[in-house]
Amino acid sequence: MSTILIIEQLLNGLQFGVMLFLMAAGLTLIFGVMGLINLAHGSLYMIGAFCAAAAAGLTGSFALGLVAALAGAAIAGVLVELIVIRRLYDKDHLDQVLATFALILIFSEGTRWIFGSFPLFLDIPAALSGPVALPGGIQYPAYRLALIVAGLIVAAGLFLLISRTRIGIQIRAGENDREMIAALGVDIDRLYTFVFALGAALAGLAGALVGAIQSVQVGMGEPVLILAFVVIVIGGIGSVKGALIGAVLVGLTDTLGKIFLPQLFALFMDPAAANQTGASLASMSIYVLMALVLIWRPTGLFGARA
Amino acid sequence: MTDLVLETCSLNKSFGALKATDAVSITLKPGEIHAIIGPNGAGKSTLIGQISGALPPDSGSVLLNGQDVTTLPPPARARLGLARTFQISQLAMEDTVLQNACLGALGASGKPWRFFRPALSNTALRDAAERALERVGLLEHAATRTAELSHGQRRQLEVAIALSLSPRAFVMDEPMAGLGTEGSATMTRFLDELRREAPILLVEHDMDAVFALADRISVLVYGRIIASGTVDEIRKDQAVREAYLGDAE
Amino acid sequence: MTRRLTREGLLNLAVLAGLVILPLWALWADEPFTITLATRAVVLALAAVGLNIALGIGGLVSLGHAVFFGIGGYAMGILAHHAQTYTSVMEWPFVIEGTKNMPIIWLVATVVSAFAAFLIGLLSLRTSGVYFIMITLAFGQMFFYFAISWSEYGGEDGLSIYVRNSFPGLNTLVPIQFYGLCLAILLAALALYSALMRSPFGLALNAARQVPERVRAVGLDPFRLRLVAFVISGAITGLAGALFADLNRFVSPTMFSWQLSGELIVFIIIGGVARLFGPVVGAALFVALEHWLGGLSDYWHIYLGALLLLIVLFGRGGLIGMFAGRGKIHD
Repeated sequence: MSTILIIEQLLNGLQFGVMLFLMAAGLTLIFGVMGLINLAHGSLYMIGAFCAAAAAGLTGSFALGLVAALAGAAIAGVLVELIVIRRLYDKDHLDQVLATFALILIFSEGTRWIFGSFPLFLDIPAALSGPVALPGGIQYPAYRLALIVAGLIVAAGLFLLISRTRIGIQIRAGENDREMIAALGVDIDRLYTFVFALGAALAGLAGALVGAIQSVQVGMGEPVLILAFVVIVIGGIGSVKGALIGAVLVGLTDTLGKIFLPQLFALFMDPAAANQTGASLASMSIYVLMALVLIWRPTGLFGARA
Repeated sequence: MTDLVLETCSLNKSFGALKATDAVSITLKPGEIHAIIGPNGAGKSTLIGQISGALPPDSGSVLLNGQDVTTLPPPARARLGLARTFQISQLAMEDTVLQNACLGALGASGKPWRFFRPALSNTALRDAAERALERVGLLEHAATRTAELSHGQRRQLEVAIALSLSPRAFVMDEPMAGLGTEGSATMTRFLDELRREAPILLVEHDMDAVFALADRISVLVYGRIIASGTVDEIRKDQAVREAYLGDAE
Repeated sequence: MTRRLTREGLLNLAVLAGLVILPLWALWADEPFTITLATRAVVLALAAVGLNIALGIGGLVSLGHAVFFGIGGYAMGILAHHAQTYTSVMEWPFVIEGTKNMPIIWLVATVVSAFAAFLIGLLSLRTSGVYFIMITLAFGQMFFYFAISWSEYGGEDGLSIYVRNSFPGLNTLVPIQFYGLCLAILLAALALYSALMRSPFGLALNAARQVPERVRAVGLDPFRLRLVAFVISGAITGLAGALFADLNRFVSPTMFSWQLSGELIVFIIIGGVARLFGPVVGAALFVALEHWLGGLSDYWHIYLGALLLLIVLFGRGGLIGMFAGRGKIHD
């Protein structure tokens, strides 16, 4: 029983972490290549979720919902990059924070204007709605397992893209030396738009996938965005590998903390107080993790630059 | 042995496979100007970084007035009397010339934790700053915004901040950089007098200035000191001619 | 020494006059709600003046200053809650009673906020740039979730205080009297800001923002300068939090929210970074827009967002910058 619970929670943590990775990967690439801190990344997550919910609602197809999420977030990403973001690359971080904060206001209120304040719901596809039997007699929701698999496939694809393709070489070159790749004749504007759209699509995908197990509503993106920041601080800014490891660490710490900290305190406290203390501490666990990593390595596990 | 103001003992620093500093031992005696010359990429900046404390050496030590300061960060070394200037001027461009000079005096006073009275109505601070400005000929520009100074004036302010620290040794990173002939000549005259106050470790590209000022010259090539001696000895040194001057004969 | 009034100085005087005249007019015209709005603006301005010490002079883009606002709010909420329920805050190892006395509440709010700023600063100031922004944002979120899970003090629902706390010699229930109290504190904070900016500490902090290497080279430690600035900054924002809670007679986790941290930065930018009155102008404009635009449209944040984008992309120096030209050198 106990092992089963632990394995279940490990899988939950992994699922959460993999979804965080989809957010964090885009953020870290955008910072690594363009030097931009993008607070509006959470809005792209939200846009993906709303596009998926709207498309799935119209067509009844979850797959079409996912396509709509990817396309919607990527298109929104391209538009935002062309209209606003590319004017921010040369500005300081304060201006970037302000402008992308303004974008959050616009996107959130715009979405509320179009869809209203009530949450939308995105149904899990029928084929994945039941549990699957895992070795050892564990029953685990098929959809959550699918999220883990999908997330890992996307992560693998991203690593292949960066390590094996022409555009990946340009991305890595862009992280090291901006003028160099301009000198090599790479169209830097197009590269930046592509990287931003790629990050947006990943965020949109995450929003749609998670939207099926949570409600789809305005403001859903920012808590995830802040967690993705924690992931990046832990993993090191600009490192996709760091983002993956940081995301899984954060996912596991959060999930396991919520389950096991109250139980831990129940060993020597009365149940109500243990629940209370455990829940309070669990809500802080990932930030404590971040603080510990900062004390140990101020630039994160895989970060080179400050 | 304590008559050495500054001493490095076999400093080593590598960046990957590149040996930027290779067993560098140099000394600075009271009243002298010791010039470090070398081609670009010879490791001069890395050496200054280690002397000032910005870069930790892989091995070796730095002594200031006989005290081992190898593990001390830059502020601690500055408080012990080491004043450096920067190759690229590091000035608070939004502030006035006087405010920049006050910063040096404030560092020397060691008391930045005063929150209420204006810095500029602190007479001790202001006098020290104005004296330093006067000596480099910038006093008339005291109220000017630093961003409005000419390049040459910025180089002078750079030296004035070091002066306002009342240091026991100067480490100057290319003070002549970007100065015209006349500017270099003025700066040369100025440094010539300054050595009486505190010795100067001078990293410089301007050979006229170096030959005019230096009591001793050390030649740094690929992180190693390949020759060290008086101006005449260096002028005649065959190894220096080959490695650095490109064998001018 | 002759002191000419710059255009910025004139503008500051005008803002100050407005802060005095508008509520007096509202009193005469019997518009108590306007006084409440003005109080809201003054208290938010105080929070932003606090942030401006870190952001404007120190260049520290803290996206987590709501932490201190929230701590100040909860300091008030917890003390007043225990006072109104006649219970003690803690009994072991020593007894702490609740209180409805504003000066004591303010003292607790500033000290606890300062301590939190010290701890957060100790960690986050080890980094700089984007890391600092992300870390302060993350710590803000930590406090937000902690407040939600803290059911003893209302959890997500927050705490209501039935009667506004008291200040010796004043009737704080009269809006104009409470406003006067808040305005006096704001002016004191502005005086402190102005003194700090010119002080030796301000000189060094200002230089540490522009040329940290230089500051190190003259024997000063930018980390310590920034940490002290961050602590002072957090303490002032914490005091504002206590006043804000008293204004609403209510505290809830939303005082810790990241939106509020963002809005505090917005006030400063709208008004003008490192301008003495920048946060005041920004907060006043924000409260006015919130009231007018919010009355016109439920979606007024869209207009706020658009305005903000325009200011960032095209208008340097905020509103004060547009009227008063480039920043004068402070001497």
